[in-house]
Amino acid sequence: MPSLPDMTTPNVADLAREAAQTASAHPAVPQPDAGQEAFSEMLLRLGDSTLILGHRISEWCGHSPALEEDIALANVALDLIGQTQLWLSLAGEVEGKGRSADDLAYLRDAWDFRNLLICERPNGDFGHTLMRQFLFDAWHHELLKALAASSDPRVAEIAAKAGKEVAYHLERSSDLVVRLGDGTEESHRRMQEALDDLWSYAGEMFIGDAKDAEVAARGIAPDPSSLRAAWDQTLQHVLTEATLQIPEGSFAHKGGKQGIHTEHLGYILSEMQFLQRAYPGASW
Amino acid sequence: MAAQTQPGVEEVWGWLSEVPDPEIPVISLTDLGIIRGVEWQGDTLVVRVTPTYSGCPATSVINLDIETALRRHGIEKLRLERQLTPPWTTDWIGPEGREKLRAYGIAPPVDGTAADGVLAGRIARMTGTNLKIACPRCGSTHTERISQFGSTPCKASYRCKDCLEPFDYFKCI
Repeated sequence: MPSLPDMTTPNVADLAREAAQTASAHPAVPQPDAGQEAFSEMLLRLGDSTLILGHRISEWCGHSPALEEDIALANVALDLIGQTQLWLSLAGEVEGKGRSADDLAYLRDAWDFRNLLICERPNGDFGHTLMRQFLFDAWHHELLKALAASSDPRVAEIAAKAGKEVAYHLERSSDLVVRLGDGTEESHRRMQEALDDLWSYAGEMFIGDAKDAEVAARGIAPDPSSLRAAWDQTLQHVLTEATLQIPEGSFAHKGGKQGIHTEHLGYILSEMQFLQRAYPGASW
Repeated sequence: MAAQTQPGVEEVWGWLSEVPDPEIPVISLTDLGIIRGVEWQGDTLVVRVTPTYSGCPATSVINLDIETALRRHGIEKLRLERQLTPPWTTDWIGPEGREKLRAYGIAPPVDGTAADGVLAGRIARMTGTNLKIACPRCGSTHTERISQFGSTPCKASYRCKDCLEPFDYFKCI
């Protein structure tokens, strides 16, 4: 199976034996209970969002308007896929059914994916891709800051690691949104169109459901709506500088977090999962 | 008996300081600061390694290189552990490592300039008012950023406006 980046251990069988003998390897880990389902669901939402967006922007590889931007997008994709490895590994661990990050990435169908709808939006032009990235990065950055204080130490350490990478992503996407928004007449027009087009897909990031409430009550993750104020502030700051107009509508497409997707997700999965579907268990 | 044949932890650190980073072979894994711990647990040598970037493709190669090096030095029972906390920072690249980077043509990280998502700092960095990267070839700080990313996840692309040399900057994280 094509492995996402991971630590290899020299002798997995020995490790497993030792882990079984050591009763309290993770003393702080909460014991399985009904809330574990909400917890693994939350991890899938995170890992699926970074996976699908990472895969989306990797589609630019070899097609960007400049070599440097090509490299940059591929690197952002790489960071997101690396974070996916961490989140989905933990999701599999919390779920407790023995599924690895690769199993979750390659062997689920669209209705089992929990990514935000904005992540599966088609790339559009370069400006559209960057606007989506900016809207996502501004939210992702706030989310990871909050998750770094999670009551679950495994979540906190992944968030602290990923947070550093995402702060850099936000810097880059903000910078380019300002340059293109406050650029030529054409680049300004395209950025405004992208913002208007994507606006109704941003709201889902802040809409919670019963599962979000469950993990928030346990201190594992923040209430999604609590991230809105800081996100609004970032947008206000950057988009004003970019001379772009924040749309007024508050309608939000939703459903991605519950597994109800747009038609675009299936196309991503058919490409991403092809090899494991056609040749199950293939590895190199 | 095992205690008599076990090499000391200091000796193991010495061996690891000879294992080059697979992407930037002029610096070692210890220069890079990614080896976070070496200890004996009974008869097993445990080496804790932290990733630079969570998706860095060199991670699995690094683990393989560590294992190969230690086996060559006669270590039989070995376990590599991934340690995420505290997250890796370029602050852990020591003066010697930085000098090796510079000599190799990669501008070393400028401490205290890591992205933190704080807007005031970001704008200052965007406009270049607080970040002077010296060209590794001629030393001029008359340089400009071409891209926030480079040939590996840990680098950004710069260009010297005096000697015109394009170069990599080991970005601060």
